[in-house]
Amino acid sequence: MIGDYTLVEFSSILAMQGFAGLILFSVFVLMALGLAVIFGQMGVINMAHGEFMILGAYVTWLCSQFVTAYVPALFPIYFFIAMALAFVASGALGILVEWALIRHLYKRPLDTLLATWGLSLILQQLYRSVFGAREVGVSLPDWMMGSFPLTDIIEVPINGLFVMALTILISLAVFLLMFRSRWGKQVRAVVQNRPMAGAVGINTKKVDRLTFGLGCGVAGVAGSAFTMIGSTGPTAGQLYIVDTFLVVVFGGAASLIGTIASAFTISQAQSTMEFFMSGSMAKVLTLLTVVGILMLRPEGLFTLKMRR
Amino acid sequence: MNITLYSRREWIALAILSALILIVFPATMDIFRLNLVGKYLTYAFVAVGLVLCWGHGGILSLGQGIFFGLGGYCMAMFLKLEASSPENTAIQSTPGIPDFMDWNQVTELPFWWVPFKSFPFTLVAVVVVPVIFAWIIGAAMFKRRVGGVYFAIITQAFAAILTILIVGQQGYTGGVNGITDLRTLLGWDIRTDGAKVILYFVNAALLIAVLLVGQMVRVSKFGRLLIAMRDKEDRVRFSGYDVANFKMFIFCLAAAFSAIGGAMFTLQVGFMSPSFVGIVPSIEMVIFAAVGGRLSLFGAVYGALIVNWAKTSFSETFPELWLFAMGGLFIAVVMTFPNGLAGLFRSHVEPLVARLLRKPVVAARETTTAAEPAKLAAE
Amino acid sequence: MQQANTAPASPAPKDFLLSVEGLTVSFDGFKAVNGLSFYVDENEIRVIIGPNGAGKTTVLDLICGRTRATEGSIRFRDQELTRMKEHQIVHAGVGRKFQNPSIYEDLTVFENLELSFPRGRGVFGALAFRRDAQVIERVEEIAETIFLKDQLDTQAAILSHGQKQWLEIGMLLIQSPELLMLDEPVAGMSVSERVKTAELLHQIIKGHSVIVIEHDMKFVQDIAHRVTVMHQGKVLSEGSMDHVQHDPKVIEVYLGH
Repeated sequence: MIGDYTLVEFSSILAMQGFAGLILFSVFVLMALGLAVIFGQMGVINMAHGEFMILGAYVTWLCSQFVTAYVPALFPIYFFIAMALAFVASGALGILVEWALIRHLYKRPLDTLLATWGLSLILQQLYRSVFGAREVGVSLPDWMMGSFPLTDIIEVPINGLFVMALTILISLAVFLLMFRSRWGKQVRAVVQNRPMAGAVGINTKKVDRLTFGLGCGVAGVAGSAFTMIGSTGPTAGQLYIVDTFLVVVFGGAASLIGTIASAFTISQAQSTMEFFMSGSMAKVLTLLTVVGILMLRPEGLFTLKMRR
Repeated sequence: MNITLYSRREWIALAILSALILIVFPATMDIFRLNLVGKYLTYAFVAVGLVLCWGHGGILSLGQGIFFGLGGYCMAMFLKLEASSPENTAIQSTPGIPDFMDWNQVTELPFWWVPFKSFPFTLVAVVVVPVIFAWIIGAAMFKRRVGGVYFAIITQAFAAILTILIVGQQGYTGGVNGITDLRTLLGWDIRTDGAKVILYFVNAALLIAVLLVGQMVRVSKFGRLLIAMRDKEDRVRFSGYDVANFKMFIFCLAAAFSAIGGAMFTLQVGFMSPSFVGIVPSIEMVIFAAVGGRLSLFGAVYGALIVNWAKTSFSETFPELWLFAMGGLFIAVVMTFPNGLAGLFRSHVEPLVARLLRKPVVAARETTTAAEPAKLAAE
Repeated sequence: MQQANTAPASPAPKDFLLSVEGLTVSFDGFKAVNGLSFYVDENEIRVIIGPNGAGKTTVLDLICGRTRATEGSIRFRDQELTRMKEHQIVHAGVGRKFQNPSIYEDLTVFENLELSFPRGRGVFGALAFRRDAQVIERVEEIAETIFLKDQLDTQAAILSHGQKQWLEIGMLLIQSPELLMLDEPVAGMSVSERVKTAELLHQIIKGHSVIVIEHDMKFVQDIAHRVTVMHQGKVLSEGSMDHVQHDPKVIEVYLGH
């Protein structure tokens, strides 16, 4: 017996909360992956990252409206199309932003932070003007609805599983791209020594632009996933930005594995505590713990000791 | 051959600013507008702190709302307790405690509210509570050499945490509405027009005092060390200075300035709420300093006035345009005029004025603040 | 360690200004400095040479506290530097010049020197600091030494590379350290600047103990009392310039295998 619960009930609760945490984990990971690529690899703070995610969510919503209205036959698989479009849309916007804004500010990280905050305000108002202030939600195809009973008490929603699978696939893809492809090698070369990378013939400007675009594109896909667990509104993205930054910093800015591990820790901690106290206190405690640990270990959980 | 507090040009600037807020505004504005300007000026306290901390020291805090809010809440708690006398709250199930506590089934004044019955304690707490907070954050971060964007993000996280905490604990804090319905200060009704005028002048005088303190720091060797730390932190360390202590001091000083502004905000506006604590107000306070000119103390005041004035008038007429304008301002101030209005003034207006007066122009140095005193000393 | 055979067999630490013993630092298993020992006498000019990556700069970083040692001890007079913070090490009397000129570009030459003047180093000391006659006199004296007398009001950013190097040397001198550490003081200088710098160094090393990292062999021969050759984080050879130049181990490392 633990409190008023039997052991079976208690462990089921933990499992259910754990699963609820996994969906939060998915959004964190997808948001943070993009951010980690941009921040960890380029040292740029993108405060508009949440708005790139929301762009992906709006694209998904538009897609679902369009398919329902004109090609209902495609409805069961529209989500995959939407994801691809979300990636392209957010990625393209990212490339545009890098060209217009970011590239002028590479040596001034604090200024990038302020400028991208300005960008996020503009994008929020743009969404409000174009899509209205009301939050929108997408309808899911039938096969994604419902849940999958694991035991008598524990039920696992199918869309949650889908988001999980998606997260794993995308993380894997980003990992392979950054650490196994030739292009990833170029990105890392630029990170470590920009002039030298330029000298050996890497087009560092192009690498920067594509890296930024990739980070934003992944945020767009995160937006697609986000539509399944939350409703899309102009300011929905801003709610996640601080959490996501903490995830990235906590994981050690340059480590993708660290990002995933820290997203897992933070989302699970928050979700488990939410059962025992109010949501706001759970969040306060989680954030305080993370900030507290960061104060003791500012370099995050996973970093290499560097020779200066 | 000591450094003077202000150069002749700066004396003129101080005189103009003082005349503007002490004479021109009160003489030309109705009580509603004057009260509004008074509110804007409370943000100028924060912006002045940011000029020292961020502009000079390179420490960007995205959590100045924390200190503004803590200062404001300390004052609001005192005023609320005064407004919640047992006679005023006789209809509550527990008379003598603030109304929102009663609504939230709190039956006893929490222990940490009790000292705020004392006005002297409140006056001390307004400054000391935020400074202790800043000192803890600063000690933890600067001793471990966390700076730059990491510091910005962590302070932002603290702003988020404090907001969530205030909103979540509404029985003790008044929740999302904040602490409202404040009436009297030691029996003096702060809602009357007369009180608003007096509070405006108190606020303006405090702001000028804060500007003087800021300038004293700026022209001292401390001020030049701030710039040195922003430039080459390591070199400062190897010149024998304990960098963390200097950063903690300036961060605490900026927090104290913000807290005074927050307390004056509560007095003039009559309430305090979490919407002045969180991420969005905190980063807006940075833009006041940036627009005014991140290296100019006077600029910070003008920045706070102009941005807030624009915000109010835009929001009245074209509410949907305001966010575009604000966003554009963030980008423009970073991309095209990083030294803000003060920088533009120096590069464009001053040479013009000098030409009109047919006087030789002193070369404008936007980045160096203490160039002139050095020149004096070297001659 | 056994290579340091020119050092006395069992040195009493007090006899030396600086005793480095068994110094090791490892970065994720890579030992940039490995069991290094050497001793610097009072008023000695010691030059450290060695191929790139030998750990020369790391040794200076360790002495001035920029990098923390994994093992070993660094004693300066009777103080253990490995446990002290950077600014305390400076207060103890160790000054460091970096390889790339490290000056405050937004401040004037005068202000750069003034900030290095050893007074008012605490928070309140800095607030109360007054630019009195003593400070001005000292700054002008140093400026004269480093050929920047006429540039006192110049913003440091617009100095030439060589002048920036001199300014940083001046910032060290005004601290009046007992031990000066200079990392490649003539690197990147024009020929005329080099000559002037050599002259400057000759002038300032009198009455100081100095550790210099330098590649310019002519310059080394000119100033060194003793030379320490480092290789792969260890002392390869130590002694007079003549001694190390004829050491077969040194020849092998420099001329290839």
